[in-house]
Amino acid sequence: MTEKNILEVRKLTVKYKSSTKTTLALNDVSFTVKSGEYVFIIGNNGTGKSSLIKSVLGLIPASSGQVFLNCDKDKISYVPQANSILANFPATAEEIVISGTQKSSKHFPFYSRKDRIDADSAIELVDMVKFKKHHLSELSGGQQQKILLARALCKHPHLLVLDEPCSGLDESSSENFYQILKKLNLEQKVTTLMVSHDTLNIQKYASRIIKLNKKIISDNQANLYFEKRNKDTL
Amino acid sequence: MKMLEILNLFSYPFIIKAVIVGILVSICASLLGVILTLKKYSLIGHGLSDVGFAALSLAMAIGTSPILTAAPIMILTSFIIMYTSQNKNINGDIAIGIFSTGALALGVTVTALSKGFNSDVYSYMFGSILSMTTPDVISSIILSIIILSVFITFYNRLFLITCDESFAKACGIHVEFYQFLISFLTAITVVLGMRMMGTLLISSLIIFPAVSAKKVVKSFKALMISSALISVFCFVSGIVISFCFNIPTGASIVLANIALMVIISVCGHFMSIRR
Repeated sequence: MTEKNILEVRKLTVKYKSSTKTTLALNDVSFTVKSGEYVFIIGNNGTGKSSLIKSVLGLIPASSGQVFLNCDKDKISYVPQANSILANFPATAEEIVISGTQKSSKHFPFYSRKDRIDADSAIELVDMVKFKKHHLSELSGGQQQKILLARALCKHPHLLVLDEPCSGLDESSSENFYQILKKLNLEQKVTTLMVSHDTLNIQKYASRIIKLNKKIISDNQANLYFEKRNKDTL
Repeated sequence: MKMLEILNLFSYPFIIKAVIVGILVSICASLLGVILTLKKYSLIGHGLSDVGFAALSLAMAIGTSPILTAAPIMILTSFIIMYTSQNKNINGDIAIGIFSTGALALGVTVTALSKGFNSDVYSYMFGSILSMTTPDVISSIILSIIILSVFITFYNRLFLITCDESFAKACGIHVEFYQFLISFLTAITVVLGMRMMGTLLISSLIIFPAVSAKKVVKSFKALMISSALISVFCFVSGIVISFCFNIPTGASIVLANIALMVIISVCGHFMSIRR
Protein backbone atom coordinates (compact mmCIF):
# COMPACT_ATOMS: atom_id res chain seq x y z
CA MET A 1 0.00 0.00 0.00
CA THR A 2 1.37 3.46 -0.89
CA GLU A 3 1.70 5.75 2.13
CA LYS A 4 0.48 9.34 1.75
CA ASN A 5 2.86 12.30 1.80
CA ILE A 6 2.88 13.91 5.21
CA LEU A 7 5.27 16.68 4.16
CA GLU A 8 5.94 18.27 0.80
CA VAL A 9 8.63 20.90 0.28
CA ARG A 10 8.45 22.67 -3.10
CA LYS A 11 11.24 24.85 -4.53
CA LEU A 12 12.12 26.19 -1.09
CA THR A 13 14.64 29.03 -0.98
CA VAL A 14 15.71 30.69 2.26
CA LYS A 15 17.87 33.80 2.44
CA TYR A 16 19.06 35.65 5.53
CA LYS A 17 19.29 39.38 5.08
CA SER A 18 21.37 41.67 7.25
CA SER A 19 22.07 45.37 6.78
CA THR A 20 25.28 44.59 4.87
CA LYS A 21 24.68 41.30 3.03
CA THR A 22 22.28 38.58 1.97
CA THR A 23 23.22 34.96 2.70
CA LEU A 24 21.70 32.12 0.78
CA ALA A 25 20.86 29.25 3.18
CA LEU A 26 18.72 27.05 0.93
CA ASN A 27 18.38 27.11 -2.82
CA ASP A 28 15.40 25.58 -4.62
CA VAL A 29 14.97 22.55 -2.35
CA SER A 30 12.15 20.10 -3.16
CA PHE A 31 11.33 16.76 -1.57
CA THR A 32 8.47 14.84 0.02
CA VAL A 33 8.28 12.74 3.16
CA LYS A 34 5.85 9.83 3.30
CA SER A 35 3.96 8.92 6.43
CA GLY A 36 5.99 6.51 8.58
CA GLU A 37 9.39 7.32 7.04
CA TYR A 38 12.51 7.87 9.14
CA VAL A 39 14.42 10.51 7.20
CA PHE A 40 17.83 11.88 8.08
CA ILE A 41 19.09 15.18 6.69
CA ILE A 42 22.85 15.25 6.55
CA GLY A 43 25.51 17.67 5.36
CA ASN A 44 28.43 19.70 6.64
CA ASN A 45 28.05 22.74 8.89
CA GLY A 46 26.47 25.71 7.12
CA THR A 47 24.78 23.64 4.42
CA GLY A 48 21.26 24.71 5.39
CA LYS A 49 20.08 21.72 7.47
CA SER A 50 18.79 23.73 10.42
CA SER A 51 17.32 26.36 8.09
CA LEU A 52 15.36 23.61 6.35
CA ILE A 53 14.03 22.30 9.68
CA LYS A 54 13.13 25.80 10.88
CA SER A 55 11.41 26.58 7.62
CA VAL A 56 9.36 23.38 7.80
CA LEU A 57 8.31 24.33 11.33
CA GLY A 58 7.45 27.87 10.27
CA LEU A 59 10.10 29.42 12.53
CA ILE A 60 11.71 31.33 9.67
CA PRO A 61 10.01 32.64 6.54
CA ALA A 62 10.76 31.19 3.12
CA SER A 63 12.13 33.65 0.58
CA SER A 64 10.33 31.62 -2.07
CA GLY A 65 8.77 28.19 -2.42
CA GLN A 66 6.27 26.41 -0.23
CA VAL A 67 5.98 23.86 2.55
CA PHE A 68 2.80 21.72 2.59
CA LEU A 69 1.87 19.73 5.66
CA ASN A 70 -0.65 17.00 5.18
CA CYS A 71 -1.58 16.81 8.85
CA ASP A 72 -2.91 19.07 11.57
CA LYS A 73 -0.32 21.74 12.57
CA ASP A 74 -0.79 20.57 16.17
CA LYS A 75 0.41 17.11 15.17
CA ILE A 76 3.92 18.27 14.32
CA SER A 77 6.37 18.37 17.15
CA TYR A 78 9.92 19.56 17.55
CA VAL A 79 13.01 18.57 19.52
CA PRO A 80 15.69 21.27 19.47
CA GLN A 81 19.45 20.88 19.93
CA ALA A 82 20.45 19.83 23.42
CA ASN A 83 22.32 23.04 24.16
CA SER A 84 19.63 25.41 22.93
CA ILE A 85 17.52 25.14 26.08
CA LEU A 86 18.90 26.64 29.27
CA ALA A 87 20.30 23.75 31.28
CA ASN A 88 19.81 25.70 34.50
CA PHE A 89 16.34 26.97 33.68
CA PRO A 90 14.39 26.93 36.97
CA ALA A 91 11.92 24.16 36.19
CA THR A 92 11.35 20.53 37.02
CA ALA A 93 11.39 17.87 34.31
CA GLU A 94 7.65 17.47 34.78
CA GLU A 95 6.99 21.19 34.21
CA ILE A 96 9.01 21.11 30.98
CA VAL A 97 7.25 18.02 29.65
CA ILE A 98 3.67 19.15 30.29
CA SER A 99 4.38 22.47 28.55
CA GLY A 100 4.48 20.39 25.35
CA THR A 101 0.70 19.90 25.50
CA GLN A 102 0.17 23.56 24.58
CA LYS A 103 -1.34 24.18 21.17
CA SER A 104 -2.25 27.24 19.15
CA SER A 105 -5.80 25.94 18.88
CA LYS A 106 -6.16 25.47 22.62
CA HIS A 107 -7.25 28.72 24.23
CA PHE A 108 -8.09 27.32 27.66
CA PRO A 109 -5.10 28.47 29.68
CA PHE A 110 -4.85 25.65 32.22
CA TYR A 111 -3.69 22.07 31.86
CA SER A 112 -6.49 19.51 31.76
CA ARG A 113 -6.53 16.05 33.30
CA LYS A 114 -5.85 14.66 29.82
CA ASP A 115 -2.78 16.90 29.47
CA ARG A 116 -1.40 15.51 32.74
CA ILE A 117 -2.06 11.93 31.61
CA ASP A 118 -0.38 12.65 28.24
CA ALA A 119 2.64 14.18 29.98
CA ASP A 120 2.94 11.21 32.37
CA SER A 121 2.78 8.69 29.54
CA ALA A 122 5.38 10.64 27.54
CA ILE A 123 7.70 10.62 30.57
CA GLU A 124 7.13 6.88 30.92
CA LEU A 125 7.82 6.33 27.23
CA VAL A 126 11.29 7.85 27.53
CA ASP A 127 11.90 6.02 30.81
CA MET A 128 12.29 9.12 32.98
CA VAL A 129 9.56 8.54 35.58
CA LYS A 130 11.91 8.59 38.55
CA PHE A 131 13.42 11.89 37.43
CA LYS A 132 10.22 13.82 36.83
CA LYS A 133 10.46 15.92 40.00
CA HIS A 134 14.14 16.69 39.36
CA HIS A 135 15.39 20.14 38.45
CA LEU A 136 16.64 20.27 34.85
CA SER A 137 20.19 21.06 35.98
CA GLU A 138 20.28 17.86 38.08
CA LEU A 139 19.94 15.76 34.91
CA SER A 140 22.69 14.65 32.54
CA GLY A 141 22.77 15.87 28.93
CA GLY A 142 21.19 12.61 27.73
CA GLN A 143 18.44 12.80 30.34
CA GLN A 144 17.73 16.44 29.50
CA GLN A 145 17.38 15.49 25.87
CA LYS A 146 14.96 12.69 26.76
CA ILE A 147 12.88 15.25 28.66
CA LEU A 148 12.75 17.44 25.55
CA LEU A 149 11.71 14.38 23.54
CA ALA A 150 8.97 13.62 26.08
CA ARG A 151 7.78 17.23 25.75
CA ALA A 152 7.54 16.77 21.98
CA LEU A 153 5.66 13.47 22.38
CA CYS A 154 2.97 14.93 24.65
CA LYS A 155 0.70 15.83 21.76
CA HIS A 156 1.04 12.45 20.04
CA PRO A 157 2.75 13.87 16.94
CA HIS A 158 2.37 12.44 13.45
CA LEU A 159 5.55 14.21 12.34
CA LEU A 160 8.50 14.58 14.70
CA VAL A 161 11.18 17.07 13.64
CA LEU A 162 14.55 16.92 15.41
CA ASP A 163 17.50 19.27 15.02
CA GLU A 164 20.74 17.48 15.98
CA PRO A 165 19.21 16.16 19.21
CA CYS A 166 22.27 14.10 20.15
CA SER A 167 25.01 16.64 19.54
CA GLY A 168 27.27 16.68 22.58
CA LEU A 169 25.89 13.45 24.04
CA ASP A 170 28.04 10.44 24.82
CA GLU A 171 27.78 7.27 22.75
CA SER A 172 25.49 5.29 25.06
CA SER A 173 23.09 8.24 25.62
CA SER A 174 22.88 8.78 21.84
CA GLU A 175 22.29 5.07 21.22
CA ASN A 176 19.53 5.01 23.84
CA PHE A 177 17.92 8.12 22.33
CA TYR A 178 17.97 6.65 18.79
CA GLN A 179 16.45 3.40 20.07
CA ILE A 180 13.50 5.27 21.58
CA LEU A 181 12.98 7.13 18.31
CA LYS A 182 13.10 3.91 16.26
CA LYS A 183 10.59 2.29 18.61
CA LEU A 184 8.24 5.26 18.17
CA ASN A 185 8.69 5.06 14.41
CA LEU A 186 7.97 1.35 14.24
CA GLU A 187 5.29 0.97 16.88
CA GLN A 188 3.45 4.28 16.73
CA LYS A 189 4.23 5.10 13.08
CA VAL A 190 5.64 8.51 14.01
CA THR A 191 7.20 10.02 10.89
CA THR A 192 10.66 11.30 11.79
CA LEU A 193 12.68 14.03 10.08
CA MET A 194 16.03 14.52 11.74
CA VAL A 195 19.16 16.55 11.20
CA SER A 196 22.20 14.59 12.35
CA HIS A 197 25.94 14.14 11.91
CA ASP A 198 26.01 10.76 13.62
CA THR A 199 26.98 8.43 10.75
CA LEU A 200 27.00 5.27 12.86
CA ASN A 201 23.43 5.70 14.09
CA ILE A 202 22.22 7.01 10.73
CA GLN A 203 23.43 3.76 9.17
CA LYS A 204 21.64 1.76 11.86
CA TYR A 205 18.28 3.51 11.93
CA ALA A 206 17.60 5.61 8.81
CA SER A 207 15.12 4.56 6.16
CA ARG A 208 16.08 7.45 3.89
CA ILE A 209 18.90 9.99 3.72
CA ILE A 210 18.83 13.46 2.17
CA LYS A 211 22.23 15.08 1.70
CA LEU A 212 22.18 18.83 1.61
CA ASN A 213 24.57 21.55 0.52
CA LYS A 214 22.20 24.50 0.23
CA LYS A 215 20.42 22.36 -2.37
CA ILE A 216 19.77 18.63 -2.40
CA ILE A 217 22.93 16.72 -3.37
CA SER A 218 21.38 13.26 -3.03
CA ASP A 219 18.12 11.74 -1.84
CA ASN A 220 18.27 7.95 -1.41
CA GLN A 221 16.96 5.05 0.58
CA ALA A 222 19.48 4.46 3.39
CA ASN A 223 20.81 1.15 2.03
CA LEU A 224 21.36 2.69 -1.43
CA TYR A 225 23.10 5.70 0.06
CA PHE A 226 25.59 3.59 2.00
CA GLU A 227 26.11 1.20 -0.94
CA LYS A 228 26.97 4.16 -3.16
CA ARG A 229 29.19 5.70 -0.49
CA ASN A 230 31.07 2.43 0.01
CA LYS A 231 31.59 2.08 -3.74
CA ASP A 232 32.89 5.66 -3.95
CA THR A 233 35.27 4.98 -1.05
CA LEU A 234 36.63 1.87 -2.78
CA MET B 1 13.25 52.77 67.99
CA LYS B 2 11.10 50.41 70.03
CA MET B 3 8.89 47.75 68.47
CA LEU B 4 5.77 49.56 69.68
CA GLU B 5 6.83 52.75 67.91
CA ILE B 6 7.40 50.79 64.68
CA LEU B 7 3.96 49.23 64.97
CA ASN B 8 2.48 52.66 65.72
CA LEU B 9 3.83 53.91 62.39
CA PHE B 10 1.42 51.60 60.60
CA SER B 11 -1.55 53.35 62.19
CA TYR B 12 -0.99 56.55 60.15
CA PRO B 13 -3.12 56.77 56.97
CA PHE B 14 -0.18 57.98 54.82
CA ILE B 15 1.90 55.01 55.95
CA ILE B 16 -0.98 52.63 55.22
CA LYS B 17 -1.25 54.09 51.69
CA ALA B 18 2.52 53.76 51.21
CA VAL B 19 2.47 50.15 52.41
CA ILE B 20 -0.48 49.18 50.16
CA VAL B 21 1.12 50.75 47.07
CA GLY B 22 4.54 49.36 47.97
CA ILE B 23 3.38 45.80 48.52
CA LEU B 24 1.31 45.76 45.32
CA VAL B 25 4.05 47.30 43.16
CA SER B 26 6.61 44.94 44.75
CA ILE B 27 4.49 41.89 43.87
CA CYS B 28 3.93 43.06 40.27
CA ALA B 29 7.59 43.97 39.73
CA SER B 30 8.83 40.67 41.18
CA LEU B 31 6.51 38.57 38.98
CA LEU B 32 7.57 40.45 35.88
CA GLY B 33 11.15 40.23 37.12
CA VAL B 34 11.09 36.42 36.96
CA ILE B 35 10.38 36.51 33.23
CA LEU B 36 12.60 39.51 32.47
CA THR B 37 15.64 38.11 34.28
CA LEU B 38 15.26 34.66 32.74
CA LYS B 39 14.88 36.18 29.27
CA LYS B 40 17.91 38.42 29.98
CA TYR B 41 15.76 41.53 29.63
CA SER B 42 16.19 42.59 33.25
CA LEU B 43 17.74 45.92 32.30
CA ILE B 44 14.57 46.90 30.47
CA GLY B 45 13.30 48.22 33.81
CA HIS B 46 16.42 50.33 34.23
CA GLY B 47 16.19 51.64 30.67
CA LEU B 48 12.52 52.48 31.14
CA SER B 49 13.12 54.27 34.41
CA ASP B 50 15.71 56.51 32.72
CA VAL B 51 13.17 57.24 30.00
CA GLY B 52 10.72 57.93 32.85
CA PHE B 53 13.14 60.49 34.28
CA ALA B 54 13.32 62.26 30.90
CA ALA B 55 9.51 62.19 30.59
CA LEU B 56 9.05 63.55 34.12
CA SER B 57 11.57 66.34 33.51
CA LEU B 58 9.67 67.22 30.34
CA ALA B 59 6.33 67.15 32.18
CA MET B 60 7.63 69.45 34.90
CA ALA B 61 9.13 71.84 32.33
CA ILE B 62 5.88 72.17 30.38
CA GLY B 63 3.62 71.87 33.42
CA THR B 64 1.67 68.70 32.61
CA SER B 65 0.82 65.75 34.89
CA PRO B 66 4.05 63.80 35.48
CA ILE B 67 2.49 60.32 35.55
CA LEU B 68 0.09 60.95 32.64
CA THR B 69 2.96 62.31 30.55
CA ALA B 70 5.41 59.55 31.50
CA ALA B 71 3.04 56.58 31.02
CA PRO B 72 2.44 56.81 27.22
CA ILE B 73 6.09 57.72 26.54
CA MET B 74 7.32 54.72 28.57
CA ILE B 75 4.81 52.29 27.05
CA LEU B 76 5.88 53.40 23.57
CA THR B 77 9.57 53.13 24.53
CA SER B 78 9.07 49.63 25.97
CA PHE B 79 7.56 48.53 22.65
CA ILE B 80 10.45 50.10 20.70
CA ILE B 81 13.03 48.42 22.99
CA MET B 82 11.28 45.05 22.59
CA TYR B 83 11.01 45.50 18.82
CA THR B 84 14.65 46.49 18.37
CA SER B 85 15.76 43.68 20.72
CA GLN B 86 14.15 41.21 18.33
CA ASN B 87 16.11 42.65 15.43
CA LYS B 88 19.04 40.29 14.93
CA ASN B 89 21.29 43.20 13.96
CA ILE B 90 20.88 44.95 17.34
CA ASN B 91 21.38 43.22 20.71
CA GLY B 92 18.79 43.82 23.41
CA ASP B 93 21.35 45.31 25.82
CA ILE B 94 22.56 47.73 23.14
CA ALA B 95 18.98 48.89 22.49
CA ILE B 96 18.43 49.42 26.23
CA GLY B 97 21.79 51.21 26.58
CA ILE B 98 20.95 53.60 23.74
CA PHE B 99 17.56 54.52 25.19
CA SER B 100 18.82 54.66 28.76
CA THR B 101 21.75 57.04 28.26
CA GLY B 102 19.94 59.07 25.60
CA ALA B 103 16.92 59.59 27.88
CA LEU B 104 19.10 60.47 30.88
CA ALA B 105 20.96 63.08 28.83
CA LEU B 106 17.67 64.52 27.58
CA GLY B 107 16.22 64.59 31.11
CA VAL B 108 19.25 66.40 32.56
CA THR B 109 19.23 68.92 29.69
CA VAL B 110 15.51 69.67 30.01
CA THR B 111 15.79 70.00 33.80
CA ALA B 112 18.81 72.30 33.57
CA LEU B 113 17.10 74.50 30.95
CA SER B 114 13.87 74.80 32.97
CA LYS B 115 13.63 75.02 36.77
CA GLY B 116 16.83 73.14 37.59
CA PHE B 117 17.06 70.26 40.06
CA ASN B 118 14.31 71.23 42.51
CA SER B 119 12.69 69.03 45.18
CA ASP B 120 10.07 67.64 42.74
CA VAL B 121 12.77 66.30 40.43
CA TYR B 122 14.67 64.83 43.40
CA SER B 123 11.53 63.14 44.73
CA TYR B 124 11.03 61.38 41.38
CA MET B 125 14.70 60.50 41.10
CA PHE B 126 15.03 58.96 44.55
CA GLY B 127 11.41 58.21 45.46
CA SER B 128 9.03 59.65 47.97
CA ILE B 129 6.98 56.87 49.40
CA LEU B 130 5.21 59.01 51.95
CA SER B 131 3.64 61.23 49.30
CA MET B 132 1.39 58.43 48.03
CA THR B 133 -2.08 59.72 47.26
CA THR B 134 -5.44 57.94 47.06
CA PRO B 135 -5.26 57.87 43.19
CA ASP B 136 -1.84 56.17 43.54
CA VAL B 137 -3.42 53.51 45.75
CA ILE B 138 -6.31 52.99 43.30
CA SER B 139 -3.91 52.81 40.29
CA SER B 140 -1.75 50.26 42.13
CA ILE B 141 -4.74 48.09 42.97
CA ILE B 142 -5.94 48.16 39.34
CA LEU B 143 -2.43 47.41 38.06
CA SER B 144 -2.02 44.51 40.45
CA ILE B 145 -5.37 43.02 39.46
CA ILE B 146 -4.39 43.28 35.78
CA ILE B 147 -0.92 41.78 36.28
CA LEU B 148 -2.07 38.98 38.57
CA SER B 149 -4.91 38.12 36.15
CA VAL B 150 -2.47 38.04 33.22
CA PHE B 151 -0.05 35.82 35.17
CA ILE B 152 -2.74 33.40 36.34
CA THR B 153 -4.49 33.24 32.95
CA PHE B 154 -1.39 32.96 30.80
CA TYR B 155 0.90 31.24 33.29
CA ASN B 156 1.45 28.15 31.12
CA ARG B 157 2.01 30.21 27.98
CA LEU B 158 4.46 32.53 29.79
CA PHE B 159 6.33 29.51 31.15
CA LEU B 160 6.75 28.01 27.68
CA ILE B 161 7.79 31.27 26.04
CA THR B 162 10.30 32.01 28.80
CA CYS B 163 11.70 28.49 28.69
CA ASP B 164 11.93 27.87 24.94
CA GLU B 165 10.78 30.49 22.46
CA SER B 166 11.45 28.36 19.36
CA PHE B 167 9.40 25.45 20.68
CA ALA B 168 6.57 27.85 21.58
CA LYS B 169 6.64 29.24 18.03
CA ALA B 170 6.68 25.71 16.62
CA CYS B 171 3.55 25.04 18.73
CA GLY B 172 1.93 27.94 16.85
CA ILE B 173 1.87 30.26 19.87
CA HIS B 174 1.99 33.97 19.09
CA VAL B 175 5.23 34.64 21.01
CA GLU B 176 5.51 38.32 19.99
CA PHE B 177 2.10 39.10 21.49
CA TYR B 178 3.20 37.85 24.91
CA GLN B 179 6.53 39.67 24.66
CA PHE B 180 4.77 42.95 23.99
CA LEU B 181 2.28 42.22 26.77
CA ILE B 182 5.18 41.78 29.21
CA SER B 183 6.83 45.03 28.02
CA PHE B 184 3.54 46.89 28.39
CA LEU B 185 3.04 45.62 31.95
CA THR B 186 6.66 46.40 32.81
CA ALA B 187 6.26 49.98 31.59
CA ILE B 188 3.11 50.46 33.69
CA THR B 189 4.77 48.92 36.78
CA VAL B 190 7.81 51.16 36.39
CA VAL B 191 5.57 54.24 36.04
CA LEU B 192 3.78 53.43 39.31
CA GLY B 193 6.91 52.27 41.09
CA MET B 194 8.89 55.39 40.17
CA ARG B 195 6.97 57.48 42.66
CA MET B 196 7.76 55.06 45.45
CA MET B 197 11.32 53.96 44.63
CA GLY B 198 12.51 56.75 42.35
CA THR B 199 13.61 56.46 38.74
CA LEU B 200 17.12 55.46 39.79
CA LEU B 201 16.13 52.53 42.00
CA ILE B 202 12.91 51.06 40.59
CA SER B 203 14.68 48.42 38.47
CA SER B 204 15.97 46.82 41.69
CA LEU B 205 12.41 45.65 42.46
CA ILE B 206 12.45 43.77 39.16
CA ILE B 207 15.89 42.20 39.45
CA PHE B 208 16.71 41.33 43.08
CA PRO B 209 13.71 39.22 44.23
CA ALA B 210 13.89 36.97 41.14
CA VAL B 211 17.65 36.50 41.47
CA SER B 212 17.38 35.67 45.20
CA ALA B 213 14.43 33.30 44.69
CA LYS B 214 16.21 31.47 41.86
CA LYS B 215 18.90 30.43 44.36
CA VAL B 216 16.45 28.58 46.62
CA VAL B 217 13.75 26.94 44.51
CA LYS B 218 13.62 24.28 41.83
CA SER B 219 10.37 24.84 39.99
CA PHE B 220 9.07 27.77 37.96
CA LYS B 221 5.88 28.02 40.00
CA ALA B 222 7.85 28.09 43.25
CA LEU B 223 10.11 30.75 41.72
CA MET B 224 7.14 33.02 40.98
CA ILE B 225 5.67 32.60 44.46
CA SER B 226 8.94 32.94 46.38
CA SER B 227 10.01 35.93 44.28
CA ALA B 228 6.78 37.74 45.25
CA LEU B 229 7.21 36.78 48.94
CA ILE B 230 10.85 37.91 49.00
CA SER B 231 9.90 41.19 47.37
CA VAL B 232 7.16 41.92 49.93
CA PHE B 233 9.43 40.88 52.82
CA CYS B 234 12.24 43.18 51.61
CA PHE B 235 9.80 46.04 51.06
CA VAL B 236 8.44 45.83 54.61
CA SER B 237 11.97 45.38 56.03
CA GLY B 238 13.11 48.37 53.97
CA ILE B 239 10.33 50.58 55.36
CA VAL B 240 11.18 49.58 58.94
CA ILE B 241 14.93 50.14 58.37
CA SER B 242 14.13 53.47 56.77
CA PHE B 243 12.26 54.68 59.86
CA CYS B 244 14.70 53.18 62.35
CA PHE B 245 17.77 54.78 60.76
CA ASN B 246 16.13 57.76 59.09
CA ILE B 247 17.38 56.91 55.60
CA PRO B 248 15.45 57.17 52.29
CA THR B 249 12.92 54.35 51.88
CA GLY B 250 13.85 53.44 48.28
CA ALA B 251 17.50 53.00 49.22
CA SER B 252 16.69 50.91 52.31
CA ILE B 253 14.44 48.60 50.26
CA VAL B 254 17.29 48.04 47.80
CA LEU B 255 19.74 47.42 50.68
CA ALA B 256 17.31 44.94 52.27
CA ASN B 257 17.13 43.10 48.92
CA ILE B 258 20.92 43.04 48.61
CA ALA B 259 21.34 41.81 52.20
CA LEU B 260 18.85 38.97 51.66
CA MET B 261 20.50 38.01 48.37
CA VAL B 262 23.92 37.85 50.06
CA ILE B 263 22.52 35.79 52.98
CA ILE B 264 20.85 33.33 50.57
CA SER B 265 24.02 33.05 48.47
CA VAL B 266 26.26 32.46 51.51
CA CYS B 267 23.84 29.89 53.03
CA GLY B 268 23.54 28.15 49.65
CA HIS B 269 27.32 28.03 49.33
CA PHE B 270 27.79 26.45 52.78
CA MET B 271 24.95 24.00 52.20
CA SER B 272 26.52 22.87 48.92
CA ILE B 273 29.88 22.37 50.69
CA ARG B 274 28.22 20.28 53.43
CA ARG B 275 26.59 18.06 50.79
